[in-house]
Parts: sequence; structure tokens; C-alpha cells
Amino acid sequence: MNSLTDTSRRPTDWQGAEMQKRIAGRYAAERRFKAMGIVAIALSAGFLAFLLVVMVGNGFRGFAQTELPVVIDFPAVTSGASPSQFEGPNAEANLQVMGLRDIVDSSIEIQYGQDGTDLFSPGGWTAVSAEILNDPDIVERKATVYLPVVSEIDVAYKDEGTAGAEEQVRRLGDQLSTGFNWNFLSNSDATDPMQVGIWGAFKGSLITMIVTLMLAFPVGVLAALYLEEYAPKNRLTDLIEVSINNLAAVPSIIFGLLGLAVFLNFFGMPRSGALVGGLTLALMTMPVIVISGRNAVKSVPPSIREAALGIGASPLQVVFHHVLPLALPGILTGTIIGMARALGETAPLLMIGMRAFIATPPSGITDPATVLPVQIFLWSDEVDRGFVEKTSAAIIVLLLFLLVMNALAIYLRNRFETRW
Amino acid sequence: MTSTTLLFLVIGLGLVAWFFGRLKAASLQSRGPNSRSVLHSLPNYHGWYVALWAIVPAAIFMTVWSFVSPALITDAALTSPAAAQLPTDGFARAAILSEARAIAYGNQVNAFNPLSQSMVEPYREAIAYYQMIGAIAALLMVFACGAYAWLRIKPDLRARTKIERVTMLLLLLASLIAIITTVGIFLSLVFETARFFSMVSPIDFLFGTEWNPKAVAGPRGETGFGAIPLFWGTVFIGAIIAMIVAIPLGLMSAIYLTQYAPAKFRSWMKPILEVLAGVPTVVYGYFAALTVAPALRDFAVSIGISNASSESALAAGVVMGIMIIPFVSSMADDSIAAVPSAMRDGSLAMGATQSETIKKVLIPAALPGVVGGVLLAVSRAIGETMIVVMAAGLAANMTANPFSSVTTVTTQIVQLLTGDQEFDSPKTLAAFALGLVLFIVTLLLNLIALRVVKKYREAYE
Repeated sequence: MNSLTDTSRRPTDWQGAEMQKRIAGRYAAERRFKAMGIVAIALSAGFLAFLLVVMVGNGFRGFAQTELPVVIDFPAVTSGASPSQFEGPNAEANLQVMGLRDIVDSSIEIQYGQDGTDLFSPGGWTAVSAEILNDPDIVERKATVYLPVVSEIDVAYKDEGTAGAEEQVRRLGDQLSTGFNWNFLSNSDATDPMQVGIWGAFKGSLITMIVTLMLAFPVGVLAALYLEEYAPKNRLTDLIEVSINNLAAVPSIIFGLLGLAVFLNFFGMPRSGALVGGLTLALMTMPVIVISGRNAVKSVPPSIREAALGIGASPLQVVFHHVLPLALPGILTGTIIGMARALGETAPLLMIGMRAFIATPPSGITDPATVLPVQIFLWSDEVDRGFVEKTSAAIIVLLLFLLVMNALAIYLRNRFETRW
Repeated sequence: MTSTTLLFLVIGLGLVAWFFGRLKAASLQSRGPNSRSVLHSLPNYHGWYVALWAIVPAAIFMTVWSFVSPALITDAALTSPAAAQLPTDGFARAAILSEARAIAYGNQVNAFNPLSQSMVEPYREAIAYYQMIGAIAALLMVFACGAYAWLRIKPDLRARTKIERVTMLLLLLASLIAIITTVGIFLSLVFETARFFSMVSPIDFLFGTEWNPKAVAGPRGETGFGAIPLFWGTVFIGAIIAMIVAIPLGLMSAIYLTQYAPAKFRSWMKPILEVLAGVPTVVYGYFAALTVAPALRDFAVSIGISNASSESALAAGVVMGIMIIPFVSSMADDSIAAVPSAMRDGSLAMGATQSETIKKVLIPAALPGVVGGVLLAVSRAIGETMIVVMAAGLAANMTANPFSSVTTVTTQIVQLLTGDQEFDSPKTLAAFALGLVLFIVTLLLNLIALRVVKKYREAYE
């Protein structure tokens, strides 16, 4: 009883030197711990910043191309082609007949000597045909067009290149200029880094995402509604819940194996097509939509359901007329986040053959296609140094899209989500 | 008429049916509320009732027909005179027929075999004939079933109840897709793995230490399918190096953000850290291969490790660890937040400093949650593909030297399935066996993690 008032132990001397030292030590430990926390956060955020800086720094140059001016004396080299030939429906056919490549090559040789064509990107002459289609009157005069140089000189002009290319850059000097690389936005994959573009991969991504959304969204929403509103407590429901949680954690490459074994080999769907890619990604995205959809449905207060039931709505009317519209912003947020994940996914698509070299953009869901992340992967494997900046540029485009999607999700959440 | 046009036509007719059903119901309703014909359901439901009757049987018929008709078409084509010249040998015959079929459907332009060219015309005729029959039958079904449903519209028809029953069925079906997918994954992996194990012994696969897959067995029957180096590489990168990076950084970030940071800083910093989880893995892979790996190799050379590889385990592991930080930190965040504040307040009231409270009270109390989070992060890391494919290399080494190159399960799956795929070669099938191992391990890790987290949550409720 008297242990509390036991005076055999002297009261702690808080002001004593020993105690002060201990307290100082404890505070120092406190500061160290806090500093560790700050360092951890700074490191994590620093990694992110470093990653972005590296990608933007490299990729920025991918949007630019090095050009040389070429004077083409159209009336002389085309032996009097008239602008009217390059207007209307026959324009492209007439261009083909004209043999534009030789015309451009001869103009280059006049200006830059016998080996002049070696300076220019092999597919660069297509820029001239675009120019003619754009402005047919050009064939009546002597015009200067800017054509992309070969990849080695491009690399050397922007950055360090091979010795030979650096020498060329010194020789050409002021003639070299930098222009915006429109090809990069409008072309598809190619073997020459000066001619590659992301349009094909972008279109492939778009088609694949549409297939994914069309499949995953309805199924995901319906499953979420069923599980949250109607599912009886039985073993089947448990099984469904376990499988959904499980699917959300399955590595994405396993979905690729599933797509390969089931969609390609068992059902014999076309390889490399956006259809199979979309199906595979839909299976991956569906659990994400179900889980976020269930949370959104759960957050709708029961009073709304009771009120609707009270005025005579049937259980289905309650859900489809009242709960679903209120839960929709939350469901959409989850859907966009799931779609953003699917957009960045690479591994499952490699399994189902979307890694082929595709030089023409797909025009349907069964055409061979590739997607942005796979295109990045393919370019990253290229030996040619010109691909480094193109890869980073494609990464910038991909990251921009993800940023837009996530920003949209955050906006939707803040704008429409009601806190009950 | 192609099946796509037919499908759109049937759907269009369904809309027409919806309109007529609704019209009839509305006209019944407009006869006045005091008559005995008060509708049981709203006119819309009657519309849907007729539309479903019009579309669903026809859609079922079209699905069945698309499975049945190819056989009928082949039979019909074989009765044509041109078929008499076909070789009797089963294999050559099948090749010619499939070529002719591809041309007739427009998937292929030219025939390599002149015999196939002669079969194209009979095929085209048979296809046209059976497509016609299918289309007519489907349209007849639309009209017959639609008319039947339309005639059944009476004031006391319980259209809403019926529609709702169909909708409920649809909801249930949507939920069942999750089970079907899980079963599909499991069966396809198990099936292909069984075929693999019929060629390569499971013991060699699971316990062998030499990974050098060949399509045909070597002179002493060795096949080079020993997966131990792969398992080690996966564990080394995903569970050791990545976690050495991710656990301290993730845990300390979570602690600082929940315990020290002002609310404003936290509300900015948390989403920024979560961006790390949202960056596509192919971007991390490129970053690892382009920037981190050369830097680490130069570093290794500068400290005197001469055999450093440019595709090092360390580069892949570190970058993967960075990717995993948000997983660890958000799980740690949740479990620290779940510790009852009475415990924390009690510790602070006894005079412990904040860091002492965190180290001696909060973390021990939150430990099961943190461990669960780490397990989830490990399962995520070992299933990660692109970073290791791009940065870790292909050499199956059993080494603990972080600067040397190791390979992982996922890298090898990608590697084995790239290029020519022959579905009876053990090389291709080995990818499925690796996939099955990966699936089972991640599944177990997840189950254990969820159980740990759940048990611990219950302890405080």
C-alpha cells in the first residue's frame, strides 16, 4: 500500500547533469528520427523527379529534327507539271507516277554533291510530297524545302555523335537547322529513327482501350451492383468475392498467358489484334472496377434506398434509378484509374503477340496492332542511338495521357462525389 | 449478308419491337383508369418485354448457328464435283480445304495450291447458301417471337417482374465472370503445365539448377529446365534488393507523413508518392536500363569490381524498390492509423517522446499490418515483368553478387514466348509451368497477407 509513498528511492533530479544529458540524448534521437523521415520522403520524391527530368530531358529532343535546306527547281525537274495535277482525287496517283524520290535525290546531288543523298534520311523525300499536296502551286516555282538529315547527323547535331557525323556537322555548320518533327506525331513504326512516329501505336492503344472499356465497364458495374445490393450470403457469393480479390492481385503477365492459351489457341482469335489485347486487359481491369464500384455503391446512404422502397419502387428500380446514378461518379473515378493502369500495361500484350513491327496503323479490332507501352519497349531494344530520344519522347506522350486521365479522375471525384 | 449486318438488323428490329410493345401497352393504359384494364407494369417494361423476346432467341440461334454452319458448309462444298479431285490423304486434304476456306471468306487473296483455287467456288456457294438460311431463320425467329410476345401484352401481364428477373440473371452472370476468369487462368496454366511435365520431369524442373532451355534433350537426357536459378533471381531482385530499398523508404515516409507532417504537406506529398505507383512499368524498365544500370556499373568499376555487368540485379532491384514504395507506405499508413489512439496517447502521457512512442508502441502494434503490406509488396514485385525484362538480363546465374546479371521467372516467360511458338515444344510449355508457379506463389502470399492483416484488424475492434 505504501509502495507509492515509498521514500527509499530518491526523487529524480531532473535538473542534474546526468538527467539533462539523457534528455538531450532523447531529443537528439527524436530529431534524428524525424530527419530520417524527411530523408525518406525526399529520396522517394527525388527519384520521381529524377525519372521525370531524365525522360523529359531526353524526350524533348525527340520532338525536334535536324534539317537541311534543299532547293528544288520544280519547273525544271518535273518538266512542267501543273498544279492542277495535284488537286482532287488523282493527286496521290499523279505524285506516284512523277517519281518524286528521284527528283528530290537529283536536286540534293546538285546542291550537296555526288554523295549528298547520304546526308539525308532515306524516307525524307515524303516530306516533299506532303508539301506538294498541301500547296500544289509549289510545282510552278523554285522552292526551298527542309528535309530531315540521317539519324547519325541528327544525333551528332543535338548531342555527342560518332566522329564521322561530328565532322559532317562541322562541315555543314550553319546550314543545319532544327524543326518540329511532325512525322513523330503522324507516322508509325519504321526502321529509320528519323521516320518513326507514334500515331500507329497511339491508334492501337485507343482501339484497345475502347474494347477494354466496352467489356470491363458494364461487367464491372453490374458485378459491383450485384455483390453490393443483391448477393445472398452463400458460398457462391463468397467464391465470387474471393476470385475478384484474387484477380486484382494476379500478376499481369499471367493474364497474358491466359489470353495466349484461351483467346488465341483455344478460340483461334486473330493474333496481335486489338480485340485480344482489349479482352485480356478487360479481364485485368474488371476487378479494379468492381472493387471501386462496390465502395462507391456502399457509400450511398441506406436512407435513399429506404425512401425509394417506401414510395413503391421495386428493388431493381431502387438500384437503377437511385443508387446507380448517385454512385456513378465514384464508379467512373475507379474506372478511369483502372483504364489508366491498362493503358500503361505492357507484359500481357507481349504474350499475345502485340510486339510485331507494325508500319501501318490498325483500322479495326482484328488488324495487327501495337500499343504505346509496347512501342516504347520495342524502341528501347533498338541499337540505333537515334531511337533513345524517340523512346523518351514516346514515354512523354504516354505519361501525358496518364496525367490527363488521372487529373480527370481527381476532377470527377472532387466535383461530383458527395459526402453524405 | 454478313453476320455483322445481320446482328445490327436484329438489334434494329428489337428496337422496333420495343416501340410496338410500348405502343400497345400505352394504348391499353389510355383506355382510362376506371376500366378494369389497369396495367400491372409501366408501358416501357412491356416494350422491353417484346424487345427481349425478339432479340434473345434469335441471338442464341445465331450463336449456335455460327458453331454449326462451318461443318455444314464443308460438307456441302465436298459434295461438289471439284471435290472429287482432292487427295484422299487427310493432312493434305485439310490444308487445301482450309486454304480454300480462307480465300472464300476473303482472308486470303491467292492460293498456293491450284486445287484450293478450284475449291473456292463451291465454298463460296455453300457459304452464301448457309448464310442465307441462317439469316432467314434468324429473322423469322425475330418476327415469330416478337409477335408472340406482342400478342401476350395484356393489362395483367407481369412484364416488370419478368424483365427484372432477366436483369437479375444478367447481374449474376456479370459477377460469375470473375470466377470463370480465375478458373480459366488456373485450368489453362494447369493444362499446359501437365503437357510440359509429360516431357520434362517435375523434379528436374523444380529442383534442377541448370537453366538453358532447349527444344530437344541433350545427349544425356538433360533438358536444361532446372528453374532454381530463376527462382533465386526472382527472390534476389524482388524480395531482397527491392525490399531493402522499399521497406525503409516506404515505412519512414508513412511514419513521417502520418505522425509529423503538417496536414497541408501531407495532402500534397501523399499523391506525389502515389504517382510512383502509377508510372507504367515499361517507363521504369527503360529508366533502369538507360540511366540506373550504366551508373551502377560505373560505380562498381570505380570501387574495383571488374566483372560488373551492365544488366545488373541491383539496377532492376533498386528501380523495382522505388516502384514498390507507395505500396509499402500506404499499407503502413493504414495499419498505423488503425492503432487505437489511446495507446499512443498513453505513451505520450507517460513522457515518451514522439519517436519513442512510434518505435516502441505504434510500430510493434502495427507490425502485423506492416508485415502484411510487405508481403503484398513482395507478391507484386515478383510478378513484375517489364523492369526485369529490360534491366535484369537473361543469364541464369546463381549468385548473391548484386552487380552481376541474374534472370527471373517473368523474364524467362517473356523470353520463351517470344519468336516462334510451337505449342508442342517444351520450350513454349515451360513458360506456362513458370506461370503456374508464379500464380501459386503470388496467390499464397496474398492469402497469407490478407489473413495477417485481417486478424490484426480484428484484434483492435
